[in-house]
Amino acid sequence: MRFSILVNGQRRTVEADADTPLLWVLRDDLHLVGTKFGCGIAICGACTVHLDGVPTRSCVTPLSAVGNAPVVTIEGIGQTEWGRKVKDAWLALDVMQCGYCQAGQVMSATALLANNPRPTDQDIDTAMHGNICRCCTYTRIRAAIKRAAGLPTADSREERS
Amino acid sequence: MSERVVSQPATSDTGLSRRAFLGVTLAAGGGLLLTLNLPRPAWADERTTAADLNPYIKIDPHGIVTIVAKNPEIGQGMKTTLPMLIADELDVEWSNVRVEQAMLNPIYGPQFAGGSLGTPLNWIPMQRLGAAGRQMLIAAAARTWGVPAAECTAARGVVRHGSSGRALTYGALASSAASLPAPDLESVRLKTPAEYTIIGKFTGGVDSARVLEGEPLFGIDMTLPEMSYAVYEKSPVFGARVVRANLAQVKALPGVRAAFIVRGSGPDAAVQMGLVDGVAIIADKWWNAQQALRRLRVEWAPDSVPSQGTDVFERDAARLAREAPHSIIRRDGNLAAALARAAKVVEASYAYPFLAHVTLEPQNCTARVNRDGSVEIWAPTQNPAPGAKLVARTLGIDAARVRVHMTRVGGGFGRRLNNDYMVEAAAIAKRFGRPVKLLWNRPQDIQHDAYRPGGFHHFKAGLDATGRVIGFGDHFITFGQNGHVASSADLPADHFPAGFVPSLEYVESLIQLDAPTGPMRNPGGNALAFAFESFLDELAHAGGRDPLALRLELYGPPRVLPPPPPRFGLKIPPFDTGRVRSVLELVAEKSGWAHRKGLPAGIGMGLAFYYSHFGYVAEVVKASVDRDGIPHVHKIWAAVDIGRQIINPAGAYNQAQGAILDGLGQALHQFITLRDGRVVQSNLNSYRLLRMREAPPIEVHFLRSDNDPTGLGEPALPPVLPALCNALFIATGKRIRSLPIEPRLLRSTAT
Repeated sequence: MRFSILVNGQRRTVEADADTPLLWVLRDDLHLVGTKFGCGIAICGACTVHLDGVPTRSCVTPLSAVGNAPVVTIEGIGQTEWGRKVKDAWLALDVMQCGYCQAGQVMSATALLANNPRPTDQDIDTAMHGNICRCCTYTRIRAAIKRAAGLPTADSREERS
Repeated sequence: MSERVVSQPATSDTGLSRRAFLGVTLAAGGGLLLTLNLPRPAWADERTTAADLNPYIKIDPHGIVTIVAKNPEIGQGMKTTLPMLIADELDVEWSNVRVEQAMLNPIYGPQFAGGSLGTPLNWIPMQRLGAAGRQMLIAAAARTWGVPAAECTAARGVVRHGSSGRALTYGALASSAASLPAPDLESVRLKTPAEYTIIGKFTGGVDSARVLEGEPLFGIDMTLPEMSYAVYEKSPVFGARVVRANLAQVKALPGVRAAFIVRGSGPDAAVQMGLVDGVAIIADKWWNAQQALRRLRVEWAPDSVPSQGTDVFERDAARLAREAPHSIIRRDGNLAAALARAAKVVEASYAYPFLAHVTLEPQNCTARVNRDGSVEIWAPTQNPAPGAKLVARTLGIDAARVRVHMTRVGGGFGRRLNNDYMVEAAAIAKRFGRPVKLLWNRPQDIQHDAYRPGGFHHFKAGLDATGRVIGFGDHFITFGQNGHVASSADLPADHFPAGFVPSLEYVESLIQLDAPTGPMRNPGGNALAFAFESFLDELAHAGGRDPLALRLELYGPPRVLPPPPPRFGLKIPPFDTGRVRSVLELVAEKSGWAHRKGLPAGIGMGLAFYYSHFGYVAEVVKASVDRDGIPHVHKIWAAVDIGRQIINPAGAYNQAQGAILDGLGQALHQFITLRDGRVVQSNLNSYRLLRMREAPPIEVHFLRSDNDPTGLGEPALPPVLPALCNALFIATGKRIRSLPIEPRLLRSTAT
């Protein structure tokens, strides 16, 4: 079937089955490979994109469910103010190790800050819960989100005990 | 371009026994190329000639310096670290450096990511390469000006003549320098640490910005013209043969271009991580191949009735523990006599499970077999050379006809020291006749790993009346194949406390295993530390000792033990008990260990130390449990001694923190279960990885002792597991002797 979807502000036409996950349309049809495949069951978050601004697991989102909702991927998120701030913070703190999960992390972090520009540590825990980092760069991800928000990067949870 | 000059052979006095040659070439279009020609590994093809040499350093006329990163980048940061070493000694601005990933090529010497060896193997050679370049650029400037080289200095890509104030940039000097003889690498002067401009500075990963732009850097991102997508289904029971499959039906499915049976290379292939029997499905898109896979029906023929299972292993281990051991690993003094005269004898049994690596980028490889039979590979591998050899052997071609491109690697952890995905892609591409990208799905990735082996320890120790350890024994029940210990399933004879307790006995018994095992980040240590350092904690408490004091007593006064024989072509640094003491004391100071008894009831602090990969790491964990017995880690402190120089603090703190959290995830969540010869877990819902909210604050302190720097990918991992369990013992009074931690055992109502 032929589908027309809006990706990173551009109208794209793809020929694929209706149940093809958006992830594979992005990667193999549109060659936007920044969005990654990790588990295929929405557990790891590596495939996170924004669908109508909402962080969404593209590995379980059928192409037919996209409709007219704008899709933003890691390739396009730098065009937004929060996306740029988050990427800058990620680079300034050298967050990544292997980097494979980081597109998904950046997409979730950007959505968090767009809705909640001054997140607490608990807000960060909740918003980032669905994104696994196998290299376990969590302490830096936390600090980078705060840096992007202009908050002190210290981990306040330490004080709790 | 042509090879201009080759310097005299150089033999390093700093550990590398291999002989290195420095080559100099005038680059096409002007500029200087420097190559460090390490002798070819035995497998290399002699046909590789000087004319094929790839440059390590290229300086173009505009002063842009291109440095080749020879090792795979798996997130350990070597693509940034090694070029930093060259660039600092070359004395260029880091902002003018471009880094290029090398292909597999014998001219680069060893090219792998493993054993935390990137730093110790390359620390001196990479610096010398840069320093030689600087020396030549200074010589070129001196010749141009007709002044002695000693009157010239170089900094930030510019050579200056002190008295006249004249200056020339590296870019301007590069072509002229290329006509000079290369210096003896032995003779080049290296900087003192005070002169470093790049080493020791927080330096971000060279590809990080590109990753965040979504550029195609990882193996999974590769595309080739006319490429198809492949999946490969193997037997869930390791190494079973394909009897038949519904190929005709599968071939008729949408997008499918081919489906065929691939024959494995023999009965050992499963355990050796070689090519095993399977069915390949090739489609126009990966999703179509994956959909077709769901309709695939295969009849498998295992060699015998599959009976291997975790519960069977547990029963076997319990039986073996009561029997005489199969072999003796080490015997010092007289353990039986020591236990007989001990004031107290402590016995405990420890167990840990099989683990999977679960790199977040599933195994994949892109391969093209050319008309002439040569093979080109694009692979996220940690260890390309054995991969090329495996492909060559399996396809029956010469290893020199396998070209391997090293892509960025979405996590290694030891999984990609094996190259099974590489040989599969090559075999499928050969049969199909056109390029393919093979990509495993997650269940395939979890169910076809080289697992961290499980193990069982039956400890027995004797304490004298003062709590001193006078005897120590371990009956280690581990896994093997046909009487040989499986990969990464061994207990080294020198494992602590061997050599530090007068009467000691390590004995071993083997359970036959049909599943493959292999190295996982800190092989051995990731399991042994939990068992040994937890039991040591038990001994401290049994003897009424502070766990810190008991360790200090066992290691004894600061002294350097006789050095072990060289390995990996590297002089192995001798074990230094003073370095143990220093990190233990540092972590105690930073964590407030001496005041731990003042913590509220229900909160405990635990300590552990582990020496591995030449690194000395002590860690303290502060933890409690909630009402359900689920551990809550408040904070972790680490004291790390990997020598005098942290090359890149950006990477170093990240590696240490990541390794600690990696170990924490293992302790809290991870296990692989075997049942009827197959792995039960199939995705990240049944094999849990640590998540953000479980990651506590971590303080890492580097203790910079005056020793050559060593690696950091692995040594920070092991101590966290026993330190956590030791903390939970204080918090709850309950001793964890089996991993992963079972919260029900820690509930306050549990008995």
